[in-house]
Amino acid sequence: MKPTDITNPDHFHKVVDCQWACPAHTPVPEYIRMIAAGRYADAYMVNWHSNVFPGILGRTCDRPCEPACRRGRVEEEPVAICRLKRVAADNKGEVAHRMPPIPTERNGKRIACIGAGPASMTVARDLAPLGYEIHVFDGEAKPGGFIRQQIPRFRLPEEVIDEECGYALDRGGVVSHMNRRVDSLKGLLAEGYDAVFVGSGAPRGRELDVPGRNDAAAHIHLGIDWLASVSFGHVTSIGKRVIVLGGGNTAMDCCRSARRLGGEEVKVVVRSGFEEMKASPWEKEDAMGEGIPILNFLVPKEVLHDNGRLTGMVFEKVAAQYDEKGRRSLKPTGEPDVTIEADEVLVAIGQENAFPWIERDAGLEFDRWGLPKLDEATLQSTLPQVFFGGDAAFGPKNIIWAVAHGHQAAVSIDLFCKGEDVRNRPPPDVHLASQKMGIHEWAYDNEVSLDLRYKVPHLPAEKALRDITAEVELGFDREMAYLETQRCLNCDVQTVFTAKLCIECDACVDICPTDCITFTENGEEEELRTRLKAPAVNTYQDLYVEDGLKTGRVMVKDEDVCLHCGMCAERCPTGAWDMQKFLLETAKPKAHACHSR
Amino acid sequence: MSYLPKPKLHHPKLPTNAIGLTRRDYEGAISTLCAGCGHDSISAAIIQACFNLSLPPHRVAKLSGIGCSSKTPTYFLGAAHGFNSVHGRMPSVLTGAYLANRDLIYLGVSGDGDSASIGFGQFAHSIRRGVNMTYIVENNGVYGLTKGQFSATSDKGSVAKKGTVNTDQPIDLAAIAVQLGASFVARSFSGDKDQLVPLIEAALLHDGAAFIDVISPCVAFNNHPGSTKSYDYVREHNDALNRLDVMLPREEITASYAPGTLTEVVQHDGSILRLRKLHEGHDATDRSSALHALMEGKSAGEIVTGLIYVEAEATPLHENLGTVPQALNALGDAELCPGVEALERINASLR
Repeated sequence: MKPTDITNPDHFHKVVDCQWACPAHTPVPEYIRMIAAGRYADAYMVNWHSNVFPGILGRTCDRPCEPACRRGRVEEEPVAICRLKRVAADNKGEVAHRMPPIPTERNGKRIACIGAGPASMTVARDLAPLGYEIHVFDGEAKPGGFIRQQIPRFRLPEEVIDEECGYALDRGGVVSHMNRRVDSLKGLLAEGYDAVFVGSGAPRGRELDVPGRNDAAAHIHLGIDWLASVSFGHVTSIGKRVIVLGGGNTAMDCCRSARRLGGEEVKVVVRSGFEEMKASPWEKEDAMGEGIPILNFLVPKEVLHDNGRLTGMVFEKVAAQYDEKGRRSLKPTGEPDVTIEADEVLVAIGQENAFPWIERDAGLEFDRWGLPKLDEATLQSTLPQVFFGGDAAFGPKNIIWAVAHGHQAAVSIDLFCKGEDVRNRPPPDVHLASQKMGIHEWAYDNEVSLDLRYKVPHLPAEKALRDITAEVELGFDREMAYLETQRCLNCDVQTVFTAKLCIECDACVDICPTDCITFTENGEEEELRTRLKAPAVNTYQDLYVEDGLKTGRVMVKDEDVCLHCGMCAERCPTGAWDMQKFLLETAKPKAHACHSR
Repeated sequence: MSYLPKPKLHHPKLPTNAIGLTRRDYEGAISTLCAGCGHDSISAAIIQACFNLSLPPHRVAKLSGIGCSSKTPTYFLGAAHGFNSVHGRMPSVLTGAYLANRDLIYLGVSGDGDSASIGFGQFAHSIRRGVNMTYIVENNGVYGLTKGQFSATSDKGSVAKKGTVNTDQPIDLAAIAVQLGASFVARSFSGDKDQLVPLIEAALLHDGAAFIDVISPCVAFNNHPGSTKSYDYVREHNDALNRLDVMLPREEITASYAPGTLTEVVQHDGSILRLRKLHEGHDATDRSSALHALMEGKSAGEIVTGLIYVEAEATPLHENLGTVPQALNALGDAELCPGVEALERINASLR
């Protein structure tokens, strides 16, 4: 194997599993240490710079960081990263003065953002401090988009939405055009904006197409529309028996909302198996915890009604079958159909993009799935001044992806407005700094806690189900949060090896609690992985290889299960091992005031 | 040294041995020796060897004297019996323990000061008597705890950290052990676990006095140019006589080697020591050949390592003395204290 090029930030970035997995690359261990130190406002600002909506995401993020967390590979469960983020938001106090000032002098460029969801708000937040004049358009009265309309209040209180939308839109430089739905791209372009950002989401719920659907239409609702109606208070009750169709997070929000609006027998019915459901495991858990059964492998066949009054639905039982290529298909089992009685049905079987307001002759090309043709890195459409992000770009994803798109689009728009090549992406900000303070003293807390994951306290179910606005999760208190922070392994504090200092005494090999380090003859990666002190079977995780040792051997470190405890560096007599903090901040628009430094 | 204990979390694929323990279960407290000390590597090799042999830790007794080396039993086999004795007196304490309880596995850990100076006589007599033990000397050639004076194993002509040249002849503990009738003698290097671990395994399985001299660089006082016990010097001058594989009786033997290059020694317990010869002319089962190899190596300026001598069917001390087959703690009061009449019979037989 070739020696690892640690000057390429990707090697160490990948070691920070949570940050690497986060679409916005939030420096997770950095803010977790701040929470441990009681520096909540600092922790909030690290988040705010990176993901714009720490309070909102701390309650609702899809948490791609947690399945990636190294803790989950050396112990049972990952660090409760998402809920720690909320702790920073809950305890931060006043932070507005820490945010970059909005210059009173504008730079003369005007940008239109369509939709006031997370993607557009990120673009506005990133560009306003540079002097851009941002115009945000949204058909609703208040900003937030999906966040405000479809996430139930019992998961996300409205004050949190108001506060964080405010930080993005109400600090100056942004003109909000609420209650103004854009119905023509051509019309908007004619208004002379220097660039247009489309962050209009995936606003159309997928329809149910079975016999009886239209006859009982009054009692069948599309999930996202129904959630919005609940959110705005237009809907305040539901029938006693409710069927929710679909296995995603929207279905989970629907069934839990239905329980709170009078639904006594709420059932979730899913085509696929339990494991393959799109909903996050914790959302499924929370739904089941509220007495909502999830019925799997049932395909809707017919809506039953009595002269237009819905009485139930018929489902066909199926089973998953796999062909020789491993592709799954759902085949009827031949068992008798299942009839479930119901008064109302909520359909949450997917969302689609819809751009009825973009004229087909506006010069913007779409692919055959109806999505705009985009450059994946720059998010630029075939109309150079039009950029996309969030669900509008590549179909429904989630908030954190919308934020990541927003950052990238903001970089593109800034480059575009300066007349530079949008494909010339600025590199991330990377810092690598030794944490050594003394022989056994480090600037980070290297003790490894053995505690298991702490559970976030919940409101008792009988209270939670009575009030649709009562937040179910109470969040960690400071003490619990501290204990949970100690589970973080500080994966950003890297083990950095300098071969010319090494005397090959094996002290690091002997002390390493997880058998990460081997000194051996070099070889091809595949073969080398088999003869390390512990076989390196997780090929997704890189090997760190250094040559230049006196014996001609190489040092091979399997990054997979390193605890970042610093024992190798403490036991190293020559300082060949050092613990160095790797801090990476993704590029924001150049000279951006939203950078944390 | 480290202030923090080694984290308990371990590799998720850490294997278990025949008695269900992981290697980590054979560890002790965290070392307080200097970072990079060869002794820590020897502790790690002992841990690995005991794990490989599936020894129940509570059936092992680890004994030591005074010195850096003699601190190390704290850092391995936390669940074993231990005795940290007076300087140089480990061999007699071990002998006493062995006589009282022949059922334990005895591991004596000593250093070059402890065994070649103050305890030289104790070392000699425990070997000579054939005490069934594994006697490991962690040999760094200096008095590390008193800031690096030459020890009795320092080579003549080697240079101390501050520049003093040693004028005395060294004691070669391995050669002396061969002469004293040890039935297992080996030398190894703390920086070569591939060699050291099987030697410790073989010694632990050996039924008799097994002696291993392990060169163990002192990073603080004896790891500089001019030292003959530094990591670099030992690596450059390491002349291995053979490579050893230890096979337990229950293991199936699969590897095959070219004829003539292989010697197999079946030990008393049925374990097989498979030696791949690296040195023409050396026969590990012949005492004079062993001494010859050591002398030749010395005159060539090389450090001879590997399994130097083994006598498969040794006679340990208990056999020579004809003692009872049980440990004393397994005997009842009547057997241990047979009464006045029995005493008088014995006295009469001696008159």
